[in-house]
Amino acid sequence: MTKIECVLRPGKLEDVKEAINNYGIHGMTVTQVIGCGLQKGRTEVYRGTEYSINLLPKIKIEMVVPDKDVDEIIKAIIDSARTGEIGDGKIFTYKVDNAIRIRTGEKGEEAI
Amino acid sequence: MKNRLLQNIFMAVACLLTIPALARAEDAAETIAEAAAPAIDTGDTSFVLISAALVMLMTLPGLALFYGGLSRKKNVLSTIMYSFFAMIVISIQWSLYGYSLSFGPDVNHIIGSLDWVGLKNVGFEPNPDYSATVPHQAFMVFQMMFAVITPALISGAFAERMRFPAYLAFLILWATFIYDPVAHWVWGVGGWLRNLGALDFAGGTVVHIISGVSGLVACIVLGRRKGYGSLPMIPHNLPFTVVGAALLWFGWFGFNAGSALGANSLAASAFVVTHLATAAAALSWVVTEWAHHGKPTTLGAASGAVAGLVAITPASGFVEPMPAVLIGLVAGVVCYLAVSVVKARFRYDDSLDAFGVHGIGGTWGALATGLFATKTVNPLGNDGLFYGNPGQLAIQLIAVVSSWAVALVGTFVILKVINVFCKLRASDEEQEAGMDITQHGEDAYTDFVLSASLFGGGGTPASKTSASQVKPVM
Repeated sequence: MTKIECVLRPGKLEDVKEAINNYGIHGMTVTQVIGCGLQKGRTEVYRGTEYSINLLPKIKIEMVVPDKDVDEIIKAIIDSARTGEIGDGKIFTYKVDNAIRIRTGEKGEEAI
Repeated sequence: MKNRLLQNIFMAVACLLTIPALARAEDAAETIAEAAAPAIDTGDTSFVLISAALVMLMTLPGLALFYGGLSRKKNVLSTIMYSFFAMIVISIQWSLYGYSLSFGPDVNHIIGSLDWVGLKNVGFEPNPDYSATVPHQAFMVFQMMFAVITPALISGAFAERMRFPAYLAFLILWATFIYDPVAHWVWGVGGWLRNLGALDFAGGTVVHIISGVSGLVACIVLGRRKGYGSLPMIPHNLPFTVVGAALLWFGWFGFNAGSALGANSLAASAFVVTHLATAAAALSWVVTEWAHHGKPTTLGAASGAVAGLVAITPASGFVEPMPAVLIGLVAGVVCYLAVSVVKARFRYDDSLDAFGVHGIGGTWGALATGLFATKTVNPLGNDGLFYGNPGQLAIQLIAVVSSWAVALVGTFVILKVINVFCKLRASDEEQEAGMDITQHGEDAYTDFVLSASLFGGGGTPASKTSASQVKPVM
């Protein structure tokens, strides 16, 4: 099993969700995050004082998937989230030891 | 010490100014008594001034919160700014020439002349054509608040996607070429709809039909919001919306009862029927939605109340309490169907339902006036269909059709003209980032920013500023 973690533009959440659903992946955890990378921040002005905001809002999606699907899912994420501009985000993958469904006690791939 | 001195000077100046003023007032009082000219009634004047303040409250904060709560959190400030700037810009426009175009001496039954530009000849003497017992300026400022709220209502249709500079141009052009003439037609002495006998007590056609229909045109011309239909576009703060609706309800007593322009029984009647129709519409909207979708919603109660207020507006000075309840009950159902079924069917993106509530509710109200109006409430009005005068319904229909027509055509032309000079629609990227950041450079809910500033120059600096300029937001 592999955990895929990706940080995306907030506007791309629906597209990515739809793309992943096509691979039969229905479980995921989505978090609103802020972060910085290559993308420039923005300036906000409150009563004449400028503030440069370096951390920008992003969406983080985490999901655990069977190893055999990882490459295809990553491709689907890239296809649906890519605009080509700086700020499209990143994907990270990790190996997962085990997964347990609390309700039934199922383990491994059956539990995800 | 310095303050004391200033205070003394101020007092001395105030005294000097007051003495001649008092003398003038006495002179004036004598002249009035001699000529039996229209006298200022203190009760009527205080009522009209308070009503003007109540109608002001409808736009800010009433409508601003109502619409602000319905928008998404990245667009709440831009939505509020639409209402705020309607107040700012139209107040000035009205005093410069708007009032003159609407209520000034008639030109060919179409428009007021420019005799009252800059409020020239609009003084403290009552104008018996409009309100014989209150200072002319009190009437002017009361009407100003109507001129302010009308374009602000339209903003609900194109919220979350119209660029701010384009909105400013739209405000001024729309007020000048649509609101002011239509207000003259219906309310101005010599206006052709007024001469025809169309009944519109507090602005069903002038305010609600033309704002709602203009909203429909605007939302179609601007196109749907980016992601409409695929992204969930749900209200971000319903308590805001409920507070806004409640303030609208409260302020509407000034709007409708104040339109009696006197502290009298007609005002009391308008107050009562306004309240009853509103309650009835909120009830019927919630019950309809309950039957249709299984839950009685808070947003339904707030929306139904506004629909009822809209519908009773033109009728408020002409109908009895029980017909008012009926008008409200129908308004709740009809407007609910307009925003839930009709909008979904035709897939136009009226973001916050300006057309569904104001256009449809206003149309129903204007027609209902032709059904239920009676001279027992207001001898200056007329009887409607159910009181033996079917002709009134036909007149109301003419008023409805002509205000729909002018709003449809006028708004379309105005938007197309503006679009030549100034792009109307925010780009997809701007809409994605949110109008608050892209149009105004602000964030309504800055909890993320607070934590962001702790990281100091963690990222690359924002354009045109250095990284070291990050300051804690206090």
